Amino acid sequence: MPEARRLRLLGLALGLAALLLAPFLVDALLGRAWVRVLDLVLLYAMLALGLNIVVGYAGLLDLGFVAFFAVGAYLYALCASPHFGLHLPFWLLLPAAALLAAAFGMLLGAPTLRLRGDYLAIVTLGFGEIIRIFLNNLNAPVNLTNGPQGITMIRPIEIAGVSLARPLEIAGLTLPSLYLYYYLFLALAALALVISARLEGSRIGRAWIAIREDEVAARACGVNTRDLKLLAFALGASFGGVAGALYASFQGFVSPESFGLTESIMILCMVVLGGMGHVRGVVIGAAILVALPEALRYTGPLQRVLFGSVYIEPSDLRLLLFGLALVLVARWRPAGLWPSPVRRRELAERHAPGGVEAGR
Amino acid sequence: MSTLALALEDVAHAFGGVQALAGVSLAVPAGCVYGLIGPNGAGKTTLFNVITGFVTPDRGRCLLHGAPITGLPVHEVAAHGLARTFQNIRLFAEMTALENVMVGLHRQGTTGVLGAVLRTAGARREQADFSRRAADLLERVGVSGHAGRRAGTLPYGLQRRVEIARALATAPRILALDEPAAGMNAAETDALRALIAGLRTDGLTVLLIEHDMRLVMGLCDRLAVLDRGRLIAEGPPATVRGDPAVIEAYLGHAPVAGAAC
Repeated sequence: MPEARRLRLLGLALGLAALLLAPFLVDALLGRAWVRVLDLVLLYAMLALGLNIVVGYAGLLDLGFVAFFAVGAYLYALCASPHFGLHLPFWLLLPAAALLAAAFGMLLGAPTLRLRGDYLAIVTLGFGEIIRIFLNNLNAPVNLTNGPQGITMIRPIEIAGVSLARPLEIAGLTLPSLYLYYYLFLALAALALVISARLEGSRIGRAWIAIREDEVAARACGVNTRDLKLLAFALGASFGGVAGALYASFQGFVSPESFGLTESIMILCMVVLGGMGHVRGVVIGAAILVALPEALRYTGPLQRVLFGSVYIEPSDLRLLLFGLALVLVARWRPAGLWPSPVRRRELAERHAPGGVEAGR
Repeated sequence: MSTLALALEDVAHAFGGVQALAGVSLAVPAGCVYGLIGPNGAGKTTLFNVITGFVTPDRGRCLLHGAPITGLPVHEVAAHGLARTFQNIRLFAEMTALENVMVGLHRQGTTGVLGAVLRTAGARREQADFSRRAADLLERVGVSGHAGRRAGTLPYGLQRRVEIARALATAPRILALDEPAAGMNAAETDALRALIAGLRTDGLTVLLIEHDMRLVMGLCDRLAVLDRGRLIAEGPPATVRGDPAVIEAYLGHAPVAGAAC
């Protein structure tokens, strides 16, 4: 089918062009603040893709995923800031963050192999809190993490001598720092997406999904569930670690309060809302949940214009809408906003006249 | 064909105060269809779970083609060549029929994370090979027209067959079927009988728990009858069906000839 192939390539090229031009368009139409939101969308997409491996593929409900985000962020913060006077390069710290987070993933995975569902959720929730509390309290007797004050003046990422914190001029075009971060995050998020998508359809991905669907049957099929669960924890965590390192350099500041339970739940919401186990759905979920609160900020001034005062704080509205969105998705689209192709095909078949369903 | 596919030596297991198995010894010759029958609660499924590694018995051991498998993790028992289906079908509901069977091939593959992410030539070849073999297996059990459908939406009879195809994909030497005909109509049962007979022709040993006596008597080469955790009879169907202990276990005390209905 050369025709279909050409169409696909065209779509791909258009999509790529749109992604490359996105910061310019967003900047022009919505303002610089929204470019920052765009950067964060990509960062959270990476996180959500990591959690999707654990929850979406392997079916292991993890409520402490933010711990790996924290591990990556603090590794970068400690090794590239005046706190210890260390200034290790970005290309070294990024893989190190992935590896360290993966090690923490195994640390969490190993004792919880026998747990499922609610029990696993509780243990992982505890793990997430433990990491946060450690970061909060490791400032005495030896000051490792600087406690609740967090770590400041984290070095921005430098690639080949070019700091992403300063505008870059290429061929008469000035790219602001936020644009540079956008392109770096875009490349890494795309990598995370490709890794996820390729794993999903592979022997490894099938074994994960088999574990999610029925662990007992998976074992009977000869799947070593212990090793594969550990692999899911480690790989998912490594995505979180990379995102954490990027976050630390992007913000220039980390503190334990950025890594609380609500953050874990937010990431989980992105996965569930978008479409568990479906990479594109997960990315959409991340985009919606990062952009929505920003958009809701406008409701404050809007209320003042319409009613004379602010009746519902935008931040309250945010939680209200998240809750509502989750309930609606659970009721009407249990497979997420953008479910996987198999699910969609099923739905189409069921609605088509004379579908296979009639053969029953 | 004198070799033993499976040997059980004095297997006993209790759940709390219930003695599910009270010292069962069995010898299953290779290449036959071996039936395991008995009233509800006789210990058939527990025996299955012991054989397939889901339950480690309190006493006794299992030998698979001479190799002890008792106490091994389930996936390693599977690697020794034992595949099973479940009494209440356990397919991966969200996966397609084809993908279900491909999971059964998992152990025969080598693609790791790196191979999958880089889509190496080896990984692509393996994927294509898996997909073709899985399609062949689905065709063999007569479900080829539904390969792309989500397993959870298939009609009951087809789900049973997909489960058998998935078990066959693990390249077993012994296939253990737990009530495969349950809920099937007469035509489906006949197709199942033909399928199992075909597997036997190919040299596979089939272990069959079944309540459908017509199927059991017509298909099995040998039968073992369990009652309350004990082996009460063993032998060819013709001998077993006349055994007074069997008749008593099924029907109580009245001596009825020809218990099979």
